[in-house]
Amino acid sequence: MNLDYSQFLVMREELSLLAVILILFVADLLFCPDKKSGKGIYNSPLPVILLSVMTLCNLIPCCGATDAEAFGGMYQYTPMMTIVKSVLNVGTLIVFLMANKWLSRPENLVKQGEFYMVTLFTLLGMYLMISSGHFLMFFIGLELASIPMCALVAFDKYRYESAEAAAKYILLALFSSALLLYGLSFIYGASGTLYFKDMFSQLPGDSLLTLVGMVLFISGMGFKISLVPFHLWTADTYEGAPTVVTAYLSVISKGAAAFVMLIVLGKVFDTAALVNEWRILLFWIIVASITLANLFAIRQTNLKRFMAFSAISQAGYLVLAIMPASAQGMTSLVYYLLVYLVANFGVFAVINVVEQNSGKLGISDYNGLYETNPKLAFLMTLSLFSLAGIPPFAGFFSKFFVFMAAFQEAKLLVFIALVNTIVSLYYYLLIVKAMYISKNDTPIASFRSDNYSRAALLLCTAGVVLLGIVGSVYTYIDGFSYIPSL
Amino acid sequence: MEYFLILSAIMMFAGIFGFLTRRSTLAILLSIELMLNATDINFAVFNRFMWNASGAHEGYFFSLFSIAISAAESAIAIAIMINIYRHLKDISIDKLQKMKW
Repeated sequence: MNLDYSQFLVMREELSLLAVILILFVADLLFCPDKKSGKGIYNSPLPVILLSVMTLCNLIPCCGATDAEAFGGMYQYTPMMTIVKSVLNVGTLIVFLMANKWLSRPENLVKQGEFYMVTLFTLLGMYLMISSGHFLMFFIGLELASIPMCALVAFDKYRYESAEAAAKYILLALFSSALLLYGLSFIYGASGTLYFKDMFSQLPGDSLLTLVGMVLFISGMGFKISLVPFHLWTADTYEGAPTVVTAYLSVISKGAAAFVMLIVLGKVFDTAALVNEWRILLFWIIVASITLANLFAIRQTNLKRFMAFSAISQAGYLVLAIMPASAQGMTSLVYYLLVYLVANFGVFAVINVVEQNSGKLGISDYNGLYETNPKLAFLMTLSLFSLAGIPPFAGFFSKFFVFMAAFQEAKLLVFIALVNTIVSLYYYLLIVKAMYISKNDTPIASFRSDNYSRAALLLCTAGVVLLGIVGSVYTYIDGFSYIPSL
Repeated sequence: MEYFLILSAIMMFAGIFGFLTRRSTLAILLSIELMLNATDINFAVFNRFMWNASGAHEGYFFSLFSIAISAAESAIAIAIMINIYRHLKDISIDKLQKMKW
Protein backbone atom coordinates (compact mmCIF):
# COMPACT_ATOMS: atom_id res chain seq x y z
CA MET A 1 0.00 0.00 0.00
CA ASN A 2 1.51 3.26 -1.11
CA LEU A 3 -0.33 6.19 0.27
CA ASP A 4 0.47 9.44 -1.41
CA TYR A 5 0.79 11.75 1.54
CA SER A 6 0.77 14.87 -0.60
CA GLN A 7 -2.98 14.31 -0.91
CA PHE A 8 -3.34 15.68 2.55
CA LEU A 9 -2.21 19.08 1.28
CA VAL A 10 -5.48 19.33 -0.62
CA MET A 11 -7.29 19.11 2.70
CA ARG A 12 -5.37 22.01 4.23
CA GLU A 13 -8.50 23.83 5.41
CA GLU A 14 -9.74 20.83 7.36
CA LEU A 15 -6.29 20.12 8.73
CA SER A 16 -5.68 23.69 9.86
CA LEU A 17 -9.07 23.74 11.56
CA LEU A 18 -8.19 20.48 13.28
CA ALA A 19 -4.92 22.07 14.40
CA VAL A 20 -6.84 25.00 15.86
CA ILE A 21 -9.12 22.58 17.71
CA LEU A 22 -6.15 20.67 19.11
CA ILE A 23 -4.39 23.84 20.27
CA LEU A 24 -7.56 24.95 22.02
CA PHE A 25 -7.89 21.52 23.57
CA VAL A 26 -4.41 21.69 25.06
CA ALA A 27 -4.96 25.28 26.13
CA ASP A 28 -8.16 24.25 27.86
CA LEU A 29 -6.29 21.54 29.67
CA LEU A 30 -3.42 23.77 30.80
CA PHE A 31 -5.17 27.04 31.55
CA CYS A 32 -8.30 25.57 33.05
CA PRO A 33 -10.08 28.26 35.06
CA ASP A 34 -9.78 28.16 38.79
CA LYS A 35 -13.08 27.09 40.27
CA LYS A 36 -12.55 28.73 43.65
CA SER A 37 -11.79 32.25 42.56
CA GLY A 38 -14.09 31.96 39.54
CA LYS A 39 -11.53 33.73 37.37
CA GLY A 40 -10.17 31.89 34.37
CA ILE A 41 -6.95 32.50 32.54
CA TYR A 42 -8.60 30.77 29.65
CA ASN A 43 -10.94 33.69 29.27
CA SER A 44 -8.65 35.08 26.61
CA PRO A 45 -8.89 36.14 22.98
CA LEU A 46 -6.99 32.99 21.98
CA PRO A 47 -9.80 31.26 20.02
CA VAL A 48 -10.63 34.43 18.17
CA ILE A 49 -7.03 35.11 17.22
CA LEU A 50 -6.39 31.55 16.10
CA LEU A 51 -9.49 31.45 13.97
CA SER A 52 -8.77 34.75 12.25
CA VAL A 53 -5.17 33.73 11.51
CA MET A 54 -6.47 30.50 10.05
CA THR A 55 -8.97 32.30 7.83
CA LEU A 56 -6.26 34.54 6.43
CA CYS A 57 -3.90 31.61 5.88
CA ASN A 58 -6.59 29.82 3.91
CA LEU A 59 -7.66 32.79 1.85
CA ILE A 60 -4.25 33.90 0.67
CA PRO A 61 -3.07 30.79 -1.21
CA CYS A 62 -6.52 30.22 -2.66
CA CYS A 63 -5.92 32.77 -5.43
CA GLY A 64 -3.64 30.44 -7.36
CA ALA A 65 -5.26 27.15 -6.36
CA THR A 66 -6.83 24.80 -8.87
CA ASP A 67 -9.41 22.05 -8.66
CA ALA A 68 -8.13 18.93 -6.96
CA GLU A 69 -9.34 15.73 -5.43
CA ALA A 70 -7.96 13.37 -2.85
CA PHE A 71 -8.48 9.79 -1.73
CA GLY A 72 -9.85 8.53 -5.00
CA GLY A 73 -12.44 11.27 -5.35
CA MET A 74 -13.87 10.98 -1.86
CA TYR A 75 -12.70 14.50 -1.18
CA GLN A 76 -13.08 17.19 -3.77
CA TYR A 77 -11.73 20.67 -3.78
CA THR A 78 -12.48 23.74 -5.84
CA PRO A 79 -11.28 27.28 -5.00
CA MET A 80 -14.93 28.24 -4.54
CA MET A 81 -15.05 26.00 -1.51
CA THR A 82 -12.30 28.01 0.14
CA ILE A 83 -14.48 31.09 -0.28
CA VAL A 84 -17.49 29.38 1.27
CA LYS A 85 -15.41 28.00 4.13
CA SER A 86 -13.88 31.40 4.77
CA VAL A 87 -17.35 32.94 4.89
CA LEU A 88 -18.34 30.32 7.46
CA ASN A 89 -15.11 31.07 9.33
CA VAL A 90 -15.87 34.76 9.53
CA GLY A 91 -19.32 33.88 10.83
CA THR A 92 -17.90 31.64 13.54
CA LEU A 93 -15.47 34.39 14.44
CA ILE A 94 -18.35 36.82 15.00
CA VAL A 95 -20.15 34.18 17.05
CA PHE A 96 -17.08 33.77 19.26
CA LEU A 97 -16.88 37.52 19.74
CA MET A 98 -20.54 37.61 20.71
CA ALA A 99 -20.16 34.62 23.02
CA ASN A 100 -17.46 36.10 25.21
CA LYS A 101 -19.72 38.01 27.55
CA TRP A 102 -22.09 35.05 27.91
CA LEU A 103 -19.22 32.65 28.57
CA SER A 104 -17.80 34.93 31.27
CA ARG A 105 -20.79 34.23 33.48
CA PRO A 106 -19.86 32.21 36.55
CA GLU A 107 -21.88 29.12 35.59
CA ASN A 108 -20.31 28.98 32.15
CA LEU A 109 -16.74 29.72 33.12
CA VAL A 110 -15.67 26.09 33.43
CA LYS A 111 -17.42 25.18 30.19
CA GLN A 112 -15.71 27.79 28.00
CA GLY A 113 -13.32 25.36 26.41
CA GLU A 114 -16.14 23.00 25.58
CA PHE A 115 -18.09 25.69 23.83
CA TYR A 116 -15.22 26.65 21.52
CA MET A 117 -14.29 23.07 20.72
CA VAL A 118 -17.81 21.78 20.10
CA THR A 119 -18.55 24.76 17.88
CA LEU A 120 -15.39 24.19 15.88
CA PHE A 121 -16.22 20.51 15.50
CA THR A 122 -19.55 21.36 13.92
CA LEU A 123 -17.62 23.70 11.64
CA LEU A 124 -15.28 20.84 10.73
CA GLY A 125 -18.30 18.71 9.89
CA MET A 126 -19.58 21.42 7.56
CA TYR A 127 -16.16 21.65 5.90
CA LEU A 128 -16.16 17.93 5.20
CA MET A 129 -19.73 18.12 3.96
CA ILE A 130 -18.89 20.96 1.58
CA SER A 131 -15.90 19.22 0.03
CA SER A 132 -17.29 15.72 -0.05
CA GLY A 133 -17.22 13.77 -3.28
CA HIS A 134 -18.85 10.66 -1.91
CA PHE A 135 -22.11 10.15 -0.05
CA LEU A 136 -20.43 8.46 2.91
CA MET A 137 -18.18 11.47 3.42
CA PHE A 138 -21.19 13.72 2.98
CA PHE A 139 -23.18 11.80 5.57
CA ILE A 140 -20.38 11.76 8.12
CA GLY A 141 -19.88 15.50 7.64
CA LEU A 142 -23.61 16.09 8.03
CA GLU A 143 -23.76 14.17 11.28
CA LEU A 144 -20.55 15.70 12.59
CA ALA A 145 -22.21 19.04 11.98
CA SER A 146 -25.53 18.15 13.59
CA ILE A 147 -24.74 15.94 16.61
CA PRO A 148 -22.47 18.44 18.42
CA MET A 149 -25.02 21.11 17.51
CA CYS A 150 -27.57 19.33 19.72
CA ALA A 151 -25.06 19.47 22.56
CA LEU A 152 -24.61 23.19 21.91
CA VAL A 153 -28.35 23.80 22.00
CA ALA A 154 -28.49 22.05 25.39
CA PHE A 155 -25.51 24.08 26.63
CA ASP A 156 -27.39 25.97 29.35
CA LYS A 157 -27.68 22.94 31.57
CA TYR A 158 -29.69 24.58 34.34
CA ARG A 159 -32.21 26.32 32.12
CA TYR A 160 -35.16 24.12 31.22
CA GLU A 161 -35.91 25.79 27.87
CA SER A 162 -32.48 24.88 26.61
CA ALA A 163 -33.05 21.17 27.32
CA GLU A 164 -36.50 21.21 25.75
CA ALA A 165 -35.15 22.90 22.64
CA ALA A 166 -32.37 20.34 22.39
CA ALA A 167 -34.80 17.43 22.76
CA LYS A 168 -37.00 18.76 19.98
CA TYR A 169 -33.97 19.40 17.81
CA ILE A 170 -32.27 16.04 18.23
CA LEU A 171 -35.41 13.93 17.77
CA LEU A 172 -36.28 15.67 14.53
CA ALA A 173 -32.65 15.72 13.41
CA LEU A 174 -32.42 11.97 13.86
CA PHE A 175 -35.74 11.44 12.11
CA SER A 176 -34.68 13.51 9.13
CA SER A 177 -31.27 11.90 8.86
CA ALA A 178 -32.95 8.49 8.90
CA LEU A 179 -35.16 9.60 6.01
CA LEU A 180 -32.14 10.99 4.19
CA LEU A 181 -30.25 7.73 4.66
CA TYR A 182 -33.21 5.75 3.39
CA GLY A 183 -33.19 7.93 0.31
CA LEU A 184 -29.45 7.45 -0.13
CA SER A 185 -29.87 3.69 0.07
CA PHE A 186 -32.35 3.85 -2.81
CA ILE A 187 -30.00 5.98 -4.83
CA TYR A 188 -27.24 3.48 -4.14
CA GLY A 189 -29.54 0.66 -5.19
CA ALA A 190 -30.35 2.39 -8.45
CA SER A 191 -26.85 3.42 -9.44
CA GLY A 192 -24.45 1.04 -7.68
CA THR A 193 -22.04 3.75 -6.64
CA LEU A 194 -21.83 6.46 -4.05
CA TYR A 195 -19.26 8.69 -5.79
CA PHE A 196 -20.79 11.90 -7.02
CA LYS A 197 -18.84 11.88 -10.25
CA ASP A 198 -19.73 8.29 -11.23
CA MET A 199 -23.28 8.58 -10.07
CA PHE A 200 -24.15 11.18 -12.65
CA SER A 201 -23.52 8.76 -15.51
CA GLN A 202 -24.85 5.63 -13.81
CA LEU A 203 -28.05 7.00 -12.38
CA PRO A 204 -31.10 5.89 -14.41
CA GLY A 205 -33.10 9.07 -14.76
CA ASP A 206 -36.54 7.51 -15.14
CA SER A 207 -36.36 4.92 -12.37
CA LEU A 208 -38.77 5.19 -9.48
CA LEU A 209 -35.99 4.28 -7.04
CA THR A 210 -33.99 7.33 -8.05
CA LEU A 211 -37.01 9.56 -7.75
CA VAL A 212 -37.93 8.37 -4.25
CA GLY A 213 -34.30 8.66 -3.22
CA MET A 214 -34.08 12.20 -4.51
CA VAL A 215 -37.28 13.29 -2.78
CA LEU A 216 -36.09 11.83 0.53
CA PHE A 217 -32.70 13.49 0.05
CA ILE A 218 -34.30 16.89 -0.54
CA SER A 219 -36.51 16.49 2.53
CA GLY A 220 -33.52 15.59 4.66
CA MET A 221 -31.63 18.66 3.48
CA GLY A 222 -34.81 20.72 3.81
CA PHE A 223 -34.75 19.91 7.48
CA LYS A 224 -31.18 21.17 7.79
CA ILE A 225 -31.97 24.41 5.99
CA SER A 226 -35.36 24.55 7.80
CA LEU A 227 -37.57 24.99 4.76
CA VAL A 228 -41.28 25.02 5.30
CA PRO A 229 -42.76 21.56 5.48
CA PHE A 230 -39.76 20.59 7.63
CA HIS A 231 -39.50 23.73 9.73
CA LEU A 232 -41.52 22.82 12.81
CA TRP A 233 -38.47 22.43 15.05
CA THR A 234 -37.03 25.80 14.10
CA ALA A 235 -39.00 28.24 16.21
CA ASP A 236 -38.89 26.18 19.41
CA THR A 237 -35.22 25.36 19.08
CA TYR A 238 -34.26 28.94 18.27
CA GLU A 239 -36.20 30.26 21.23
CA GLY A 240 -34.81 27.79 23.74
CA ALA A 241 -31.19 27.67 22.67
CA PRO A 242 -28.67 30.14 24.09
CA THR A 243 -28.77 33.28 21.93
CA VAL A 244 -25.25 32.79 20.64
CA VAL A 245 -26.04 29.24 19.54
CA THR A 246 -29.23 30.46 17.89
CA ALA A 247 -27.19 32.88 15.84
CA TYR A 248 -24.78 30.14 14.85
CA LEU A 249 -27.62 27.78 13.98
CA SER A 250 -29.50 30.32 11.91
CA VAL A 251 -26.68 31.22 9.57
CA ILE A 252 -23.72 28.89 9.54
CA SER A 253 -25.34 25.46 9.46
CA LYS A 254 -27.99 26.73 7.10
CA GLY A 255 -25.51 28.24 4.67
CA ALA A 256 -23.31 25.16 4.56
CA ALA A 257 -26.29 22.90 3.93
CA ALA A 258 -27.60 25.15 1.16
CA PHE A 259 -24.25 25.15 -0.63
CA VAL A 260 -24.02 21.36 -0.40
CA MET A 261 -27.54 21.03 -1.71
CA LEU A 262 -26.56 23.12 -4.73
CA ILE A 263 -23.52 20.91 -5.37
CA VAL A 264 -25.38 17.63 -5.01
CA LEU A 265 -28.49 18.63 -6.93
CA GLY A 266 -26.40 20.14 -9.70
CA LYS A 267 -23.89 17.35 -9.85
CA VAL A 268 -25.70 14.12 -9.09
CA PHE A 269 -29.29 14.72 -10.14
CA ASP A 270 -28.37 16.38 -13.37
CA THR A 271 -30.22 14.42 -16.05
CA ALA A 272 -32.92 16.43 -17.78
CA ALA A 273 -35.83 14.42 -16.35
CA LEU A 274 -34.56 14.69 -12.78
CA VAL A 275 -33.79 18.39 -13.06
CA ASN A 276 -37.41 19.01 -13.98
CA GLU A 277 -38.60 16.97 -11.03
CA TRP A 278 -36.52 18.73 -8.42
CA ARG A 279 -37.31 22.12 -9.87
CA ILE A 280 -41.02 21.46 -9.36
CA LEU A 281 -40.36 20.21 -5.84
CA LEU A 282 -38.18 23.19 -4.93
CA PHE A 283 -40.70 25.56 -6.46
CA TRP A 284 -43.40 24.58 -3.97
CA ILE A 285 -40.97 24.36 -1.08
CA ILE A 286 -39.67 27.86 -1.73
CA VAL A 287 -43.13 29.36 -2.17
CA ALA A 288 -44.28 27.75 1.06
CA SER A 289 -41.17 28.74 3.04
CA ILE A 290 -41.16 32.37 2.01
CA THR A 291 -44.89 32.96 2.34
CA LEU A 292 -45.80 30.97 5.45
CA ALA A 293 -42.72 32.06 7.39
CA ASN A 294 -43.51 35.69 6.62
CA LEU A 295 -47.08 35.31 7.83
CA PHE A 296 -46.02 33.58 11.03
CA ALA A 297 -43.29 36.12 11.73
CA ILE A 298 -45.86 38.92 11.96
CA ARG A 299 -47.61 37.44 15.00
CA GLN A 300 -44.54 36.67 17.12
CA THR A 301 -43.87 38.44 20.40
CA ASN A 302 -40.52 36.89 21.31
CA LEU A 303 -37.64 38.35 19.37
CA LYS A 304 -35.73 35.07 19.00
CA ARG A 305 -38.87 33.32 17.69
CA PHE A 306 -39.36 36.22 15.34
CA MET A 307 -35.83 35.82 14.04
CA ALA A 308 -36.50 32.08 13.58
CA PHE A 309 -39.33 32.76 11.16
CA SER A 310 -37.33 35.47 9.47
CA ALA A 311 -34.53 32.92 9.05
CA ILE A 312 -36.92 30.41 7.46
CA SER A 313 -38.03 32.98 4.96
CA GLN A 314 -34.44 34.02 4.21
CA ALA A 315 -33.61 30.33 3.68
CA GLY A 316 -36.26 30.33 0.97
CA TYR A 317 -34.33 33.07 -0.88
CA LEU A 318 -31.10 31.14 -0.34
CA VAL A 319 -32.59 28.05 -1.98
CA LEU A 320 -33.99 30.19 -4.78
CA ALA A 321 -30.38 30.58 -5.91
CA ILE A 322 -30.16 26.79 -6.31
CA MET A 323 -32.98 26.71 -8.87
CA PRO A 324 -30.95 27.62 -11.97
CA ALA A 325 -28.00 25.31 -11.02
CA SER A 326 -25.71 27.65 -12.95
CA ALA A 327 -22.45 29.43 -12.22
CA GLN A 328 -24.36 32.65 -11.68
CA GLY A 329 -26.64 30.88 -9.24
CA MET A 330 -23.65 29.68 -7.27
CA THR A 331 -22.13 33.15 -7.08
CA SER A 332 -25.39 34.68 -5.96
CA LEU A 333 -25.87 31.95 -3.34
CA VAL A 334 -22.47 32.57 -1.78
CA TYR A 335 -22.89 36.33 -1.96
CA TYR A 336 -26.36 36.08 -0.44
CA LEU A 337 -24.96 33.90 2.31
CA LEU A 338 -22.22 36.44 3.10
CA VAL A 339 -24.63 39.37 3.21
CA TYR A 340 -27.25 37.44 5.18
CA LEU A 341 -24.52 36.42 7.61
CA VAL A 342 -23.44 39.96 8.49
CA ALA A 343 -26.99 41.30 8.66
CA ASN A 344 -28.38 38.46 10.75
CA PHE A 345 -25.41 38.48 13.09
CA GLY A 346 -25.82 42.23 13.42
CA VAL A 347 -29.33 41.70 14.73
CA PHE A 348 -28.31 38.79 16.93
CA ALA A 349 -25.35 40.70 18.35
CA VAL A 350 -27.74 43.42 19.55
CA ILE A 351 -30.22 40.84 20.91
CA ASN A 352 -27.38 39.11 22.71
CA VAL A 353 -25.95 42.28 24.23
CA VAL A 354 -29.39 43.38 25.41
CA GLU A 355 -30.13 39.93 26.83
CA GLN A 356 -26.83 39.74 28.66
CA ASN A 357 -27.31 43.16 30.20
CA SER A 358 -31.01 43.14 30.98
CA GLY A 359 -32.33 39.61 30.35
CA LYS A 360 -35.13 40.88 28.12
CA LEU A 361 -36.15 39.22 24.86
CA GLY A 362 -39.71 40.28 24.07
CA ILE A 363 -40.36 42.62 21.17
CA SER A 364 -42.37 44.92 23.43
CA ASP A 365 -39.35 45.15 25.75
CA TYR A 366 -37.56 46.90 22.92
CA ASN A 367 -40.05 49.77 23.03
CA GLY A 368 -38.13 52.94 23.54
CA LEU A 369 -34.70 51.39 23.06
CA TYR A 370 -33.71 54.45 21.07
CA GLU A 371 -34.22 56.68 24.10
CA THR A 372 -31.83 54.72 26.29
CA ASN A 373 -29.39 53.04 23.89
CA PRO A 374 -29.45 55.05 20.66
CA LYS A 375 -26.33 53.45 19.17
CA LEU A 376 -27.57 49.88 19.56
CA ALA A 377 -30.98 50.83 18.17
CA PHE A 378 -29.32 52.43 15.17
CA LEU A 379 -27.09 49.43 14.44
CA MET A 380 -30.03 47.07 14.73
CA THR A 381 -32.01 49.25 12.32
CA LEU A 382 -29.22 49.08 9.76
CA SER A 383 -29.12 45.28 9.98
CA LEU A 384 -32.91 44.97 9.80
CA PHE A 385 -32.99 47.21 6.72
CA SER A 386 -30.36 45.01 5.14
CA LEU A 387 -32.38 41.87 5.92
CA ALA A 388 -35.45 43.45 4.40
CA GLY A 389 -33.51 44.54 1.32
CA ILE A 390 -33.67 48.30 1.31
CA PRO A 391 -31.45 49.75 -1.44
CA PRO A 392 -28.31 51.36 -0.03
CA PHE A 393 -27.57 48.31 2.11
CA ALA A 394 -26.07 45.01 1.08
CA GLY A 395 -29.31 43.07 1.45
CA PHE A 396 -30.80 44.77 -1.58
CA PHE A 397 -27.94 43.77 -3.85
CA SER A 398 -27.82 40.18 -2.64
CA LYS A 399 -31.56 39.74 -3.23
CA PHE A 400 -31.21 41.43 -6.60
CA PHE A 401 -28.46 39.03 -7.71
CA VAL A 402 -30.45 36.00 -6.56
CA PHE A 403 -33.51 37.16 -8.49
CA MET A 404 -31.39 37.88 -11.53
CA ALA A 405 -29.87 34.40 -11.46
CA ALA A 406 -33.20 32.66 -10.99
CA PHE A 407 -35.20 34.78 -13.40
CA GLN A 408 -34.52 32.68 -16.49
CA GLU A 409 -35.70 29.45 -14.91
CA ALA A 410 -38.47 30.58 -12.63
CA LYS A 411 -40.15 33.86 -13.51
CA LEU A 412 -43.26 33.22 -11.44
CA LEU A 413 -41.22 32.24 -8.42
CA VAL A 414 -39.16 35.43 -8.59
CA PHE A 415 -42.37 37.43 -8.73
CA ILE A 416 -43.76 35.67 -5.63
CA ALA A 417 -40.48 36.23 -3.82
CA LEU A 418 -40.58 39.90 -4.78
CA VAL A 419 -44.08 40.33 -3.33
CA ASN A 420 -42.92 38.61 -0.16
CA THR A 421 -40.02 41.01 0.19
CA ILE A 422 -42.61 43.72 0.73
CA VAL A 423 -44.40 41.65 3.39
CA SER A 424 -41.11 41.07 5.14
CA LEU A 425 -40.43 44.80 5.08
CA TYR A 426 -43.60 45.23 7.14
CA TYR A 427 -42.56 42.99 10.00
CA TYR A 428 -38.94 44.12 10.07
CA LEU A 429 -40.22 47.66 10.37
CA LEU A 430 -42.41 46.59 13.32
CA ILE A 431 -39.20 46.19 15.31
CA VAL A 432 -37.85 49.51 14.12
CA LYS A 433 -41.14 51.12 15.11
CA ALA A 434 -40.93 49.52 18.55
CA MET A 435 -37.44 50.87 19.06
CA TYR A 436 -37.99 54.42 17.80
CA ILE A 437 -41.64 55.37 18.15
CA SER A 438 -43.39 53.25 20.79
CA LYS A 439 -43.32 54.59 24.33
CA ASN A 440 -42.34 52.44 27.25
CA ASP A 441 -42.64 53.13 30.98
CA THR A 442 -39.85 50.74 31.90
CA PRO A 443 -37.38 50.86 29.02
CA ILE A 444 -34.19 48.80 28.98
CA ALA A 445 -31.72 50.71 31.08
CA SER A 446 -28.84 52.35 29.31
CA PHE A 447 -25.64 50.29 29.47
CA ARG A 448 -22.18 50.08 27.97
CA SER A 449 -21.47 46.93 26.00
CA ASP A 450 -18.20 45.03 26.38
CA ASN A 451 -15.37 45.26 23.90
CA TYR A 452 -15.91 41.85 22.31
CA SER A 453 -19.54 42.58 21.51
CA ARG A 454 -18.45 45.93 20.14
CA ALA A 455 -15.98 44.25 17.83
CA ALA A 456 -18.73 41.88 16.64
CA LEU A 457 -21.11 44.78 16.05
CA LEU A 458 -18.42 46.72 14.23
CA LEU A 459 -17.67 43.80 11.89
CA CYS A 460 -21.35 43.26 11.13
CA THR A 461 -22.10 46.91 10.53
CA ALA A 462 -19.06 47.30 8.30
CA GLY A 463 -20.28 44.30 6.32
CA VAL A 464 -23.83 45.59 6.04
CA VAL A 465 -22.76 49.01 4.82
CA LEU A 466 -19.72 48.17 2.71
CA LEU A 467 -20.64 44.87 1.01
CA GLY A 468 -23.34 46.54 -1.01
CA ILE A 469 -21.26 49.50 -2.09
CA VAL A 470 -18.04 47.67 -2.86
CA GLY A 471 -19.20 45.84 -5.97
CA SER A 472 -15.89 44.08 -6.44
CA VAL A 473 -16.83 41.51 -3.79
CA TYR A 474 -19.45 40.02 -6.08
CA THR A 475 -17.07 40.07 -9.02
CA TYR A 476 -14.38 38.46 -6.90
CA ILE A 477 -16.67 35.60 -5.87
CA ASP A 478 -17.89 35.30 -9.44
CA GLY A 479 -14.33 34.61 -10.56
CA PHE A 480 -14.36 31.33 -8.66
CA SER A 481 -17.80 30.01 -9.43
CA TYR A 482 -18.49 27.23 -11.87
CA ILE A 483 -21.42 25.24 -13.19
CA PRO A 484 -21.95 22.55 -10.55
CA SER A 485 -22.40 19.72 -13.03
CA LEU A 486 -18.85 20.11 -14.38
CA MET B 1 -33.92 -9.83 -2.52
CA GLU B 2 -37.50 -8.55 -2.54
CA TYR B 3 -38.12 -10.16 0.83
CA PHE B 4 -35.27 -8.24 2.40
CA LEU B 5 -36.47 -4.98 0.90
CA ILE B 6 -40.00 -5.63 2.12
CA LEU B 7 -38.62 -6.35 5.58
CA SER B 8 -36.66 -3.10 5.61
CA ALA B 9 -39.65 -1.14 4.31
CA ILE B 10 -41.83 -2.60 7.09
CA MET B 11 -39.18 -1.67 9.65
CA MET B 12 -38.92 1.83 8.22
CA PHE B 13 -42.63 2.48 8.37
CA ALA B 14 -43.01 0.85 11.76
CA GLY B 15 -40.35 3.33 12.88
CA ILE B 16 -42.15 6.29 11.34
CA PHE B 17 -45.42 5.15 12.88
CA GLY B 18 -43.77 4.78 16.27
CA PHE B 19 -42.15 8.20 15.93
CA LEU B 20 -45.52 9.80 15.34
CA THR B 21 -47.59 7.94 17.93
CA ARG B 22 -45.37 7.14 20.95
CA ARG B 23 -45.65 9.44 23.96
CA SER B 24 -42.38 8.67 25.68
CA THR B 25 -39.26 10.23 24.22
CA LEU B 26 -37.32 7.03 24.81
CA ALA B 27 -39.82 5.05 22.74
CA ILE B 28 -39.45 7.67 20.02
CA LEU B 29 -35.71 7.18 20.15
CA LEU B 30 -36.22 3.44 19.75
CA SER B 31 -38.42 4.03 16.72
CA ILE B 32 -35.71 6.16 15.17
CA GLU B 33 -33.18 3.40 15.73
CA LEU B 34 -35.56 1.07 13.94
CA MET B 35 -35.60 3.44 10.97
CA LEU B 36 -31.81 3.67 10.92
CA ASN B 37 -31.50 -0.10 11.04
CA ALA B 38 -33.90 -0.40 8.12
CA THR B 39 -31.56 1.77 6.05
CA ASP B 40 -28.59 -0.36 7.08
CA ILE B 41 -30.37 -3.48 5.86
CA ASN B 42 -31.14 -1.70 2.61
CA PHE B 43 -27.51 -0.81 1.99
CA ALA B 44 -26.27 -4.31 2.75
CA VAL B 45 -28.96 -5.94 0.63
CA PHE B 46 -28.41 -3.72 -2.38
CA ASN B 47 -24.70 -4.40 -2.17
CA ARG B 48 -25.07 -8.16 -1.78
CA PHE B 49 -27.69 -8.77 -4.48
CA MET B 50 -27.17 -6.03 -7.03
CA TRP B 51 -23.69 -4.57 -6.98
CA ASN B 52 -21.56 -7.44 -5.77
CA ALA B 53 -20.04 -8.38 -9.13
CA SER B 54 -17.12 -5.99 -9.17
CA GLY B 55 -16.16 -6.82 -5.60
CA ALA B 56 -17.28 -3.41 -4.42
CA HIS B 57 -18.17 -3.12 -0.75
CA GLU B 58 -19.43 0.44 -0.55
CA GLY B 59 -22.82 -0.57 0.78
CA TYR B 60 -21.42 -2.69 3.58
CA PHE B 61 -19.06 0.07 4.64
CA PHE B 62 -21.85 2.58 4.60
CA SER B 63 -23.84 0.32 6.94
CA LEU B 64 -20.90 0.03 9.33
CA PHE B 65 -20.31 3.77 9.46
CA SER B 66 -23.98 4.53 9.87
CA ILE B 67 -24.23 2.09 12.80
CA ALA B 68 -21.37 3.88 14.52
CA ILE B 69 -22.89 7.28 13.87
CA SER B 70 -26.33 6.27 15.11
CA ALA B 71 -24.72 5.03 18.32
CA ALA B 72 -23.17 8.47 18.83
CA GLU B 73 -26.51 10.10 18.10
CA SER B 74 -28.40 8.04 20.64
CA ALA B 75 -25.73 8.76 23.26
CA ILE B 76 -26.30 12.49 22.90
CA ALA B 77 -30.07 12.05 22.73
CA ILE B 78 -30.15 10.03 25.95
CA ALA B 79 -27.94 12.59 27.68
CA ILE B 80 -30.46 15.26 26.75
CA MET B 81 -33.34 13.09 28.02
CA ILE B 82 -31.55 12.68 31.35
CA ASN B 83 -31.19 16.44 31.57
CA ILE B 84 -34.91 16.84 30.90
CA TYR B 85 -35.71 14.23 33.50
CA ARG B 86 -33.76 16.25 36.04
CA HIS B 87 -35.90 19.28 35.30
CA LEU B 88 -39.30 17.64 34.99
CA LYS B 89 -39.06 14.18 36.63
CA ASP B 90 -40.76 12.95 33.48
CA ILE B 91 -39.76 12.40 29.86
CA SER B 92 -43.18 12.21 28.27
CA ILE B 93 -43.43 14.24 25.07
CA ASP B 94 -46.67 15.86 26.32
CA LYS B 95 -44.71 17.67 28.99
CA LEU B 96 -42.33 19.32 26.52
CA GLN B 97 -44.72 22.12 25.81
CA LYS B 98 -43.40 25.22 27.43
CA MET B 99 -42.59 26.74 24.06
CA LYS B 100 -45.09 26.50 21.26
CA TRP B 101 -46.41 28.61 18.40
